Amino acid sequence: MTFPNPLDVREATASRQGSDRAAPSAKSPVVVEARKLSLVYPTADKPVTALSEVDLTIARGDFVSLIGPSGCGKTTLLRVIADLERPTSGQIAIEGMTPEQARLKRLYGYVFQAPALYPWRTVERNVMLPLEIMGIARAERQARAREQLERVGLSGFERKFPWQLSGGMQQRVSIARALALQPDLLLMDEPFGALDEITRDHLNLHLTQLWRATGKTCVFVTHSIAEAVFLSTRIVVMSPRPGRILDVIDCNSLPRERTLDIRESPEFAAIAHRVREGLKEGHSYDD
Amino acid sequence: MTKRALPVTVMTLLLLAAWYIGAAWLNWPQAAETLARASKPAGFADVLAQAYTMKRPILPTPDQVVVELWNSLTGYAPSSPRNLLFHAWVTAEAALTGLAMGLGLGILLAAGIVYTRTLEASLLPWVIASQTIPILAIAPMIVVILGNIGLTGLLPKAVICMYLCFFPITVGMVKGLRSADPLWLDLMRTYSASGMRAFWSLRLPASMPFLFASLKVSVAISVVGAIVGELPTGGQAGLGARLLSGSYYGQTVQIWAALIMASLLSVALIAVVRGLELVLLGRAGAR
Repeated sequence: MTFPNPLDVREATASRQGSDRAAPSAKSPVVVEARKLSLVYPTADKPVTALSEVDLTIARGDFVSLIGPSGCGKTTLLRVIADLERPTSGQIAIEGMTPEQARLKRLYGYVFQAPALYPWRTVERNVMLPLEIMGIARAERQARAREQLERVGLSGFERKFPWQLSGGMQQRVSIARALALQPDLLLMDEPFGALDEITRDHLNLHLTQLWRATGKTCVFVTHSIAEAVFLSTRIVVMSPRPGRILDVIDCNSLPRERTLDIRESPEFAAIAHRVREGLKEGHSYDD
Repeated sequence: MTKRALPVTVMTLLLLAAWYIGAAWLNWPQAAETLARASKPAGFADVLAQAYTMKRPILPTPDQVVVELWNSLTGYAPSSPRNLLFHAWVTAEAALTGLAMGLGLGILLAAGIVYTRTLEASLLPWVIASQTIPILAIAPMIVVILGNIGLTGLLPKAVICMYLCFFPITVGMVKGLRSADPLWLDLMRTYSASGMRAFWSLRLPASMPFLFASLKVSVAISVVGAIVGELPTGGQAGLGARLLSGSYYGQTVQIWAALIMASLLSVALIAVVRGLELVLLGRAGAR
């Protein structure tokens, strides 16, 4: 697997930031605000509380990771932000709007656990899909798709079908597809969960460079402590039964520009330790 | 290729051998009687030769059938009613018209069932019940009713074909239209795509492999439908008419030649469907 030189990426994206970067001055510094957010699923035997009184504020340009064991509601929280689930009580605002309004205005790009590419479409036509739905003209669709594929290092794969790509490449296509909408907010649900560690390291490095280059706000669900610490400006530690927030950890002791080496630093170890303590406190290691 | 040729050849030879043995066994009494009446010698070889060359055998031999087919196909112009191609074309016309009608009806019903809960409960039992009625019983009714309102010729036969072949298409398409992965559907929701858009860009293309599987079944039973439809019409033309006139005059060789022609027609039509499938889904389906 080949990746473009990080410097190339930065140069290539710097020239396009005008169109791509959110103009922070005009907008409120808060992108997502949740207050006493709860979600209860009715099930056959007894209701399951997926989210319980969650308070969360996500600032513009932040990279926020939601971490916790399975069943802690991290994916549910992301899906509530995306209006794929409706909360049972509490308030949530995306850019000052309801999640539904935000979804209808296509304010966010969503990357799923699986690449979720349409197998009958080529890579390029997969990336063009959201643009097609937005009714963008064909020539511009193609230009934007190619730009995003270049950004994730997949130039030359436009005409391939998804099955001809490795799992990591497919997930990069799905990131390019989310970026093609040019959203200010990028929601990612364990995008690299199914990949091997080496591929995951590469993609993490790539993602942090992409985030710095585009200045997007990212919400990232993971169950890997190392991944969360490496990528995030803030880490939200969650615990299951009922799903709630235990701790919000600032990662400002780490530089904004991340390389794989920082994983050896004492600051990295300190944050990772605090995340682990948080998870322990939520009895995540009980069984 | 050679790996498959050997077993296929062996199987073909075995079937031919069984056919010849069967023909000898079934035609033996008649052949022996004929020789006895003509007071000719009736040794084993004599009776066998007679059994394999009778004009109206109980079971004609493969070579008799092939010669009959060959004479019919090469001895007359394709537009002559004595050429089997003429009859095959008449049958194919009805079968393909009926298939097209069945395709339209099948997809319409499937879309209705998938999109409307009430239709699923109210329509599906009727669709299944329709297939429990023997086609031989209902075909004359269709011919009579349509003839009464002035519709004769191709259309009654096509309606019988449609009656048979919409069913596999409805069943396949109900499954196909529901085969879209939940993530693919979520993706459409994040793009706030309309229901129509999700149908055309997601559900319909996702159902194509199911449609082609159904089509292969439908095209074969459509030929059967057309032949059955030709029986009550009195049969001026078509493979069914040929079968009917063959049985009037005890022309078993003619019947068998028409049967072989009918199966060749089905095989050819299935090959066309398979070809279409390869062209349309080829690279995307090659997973």
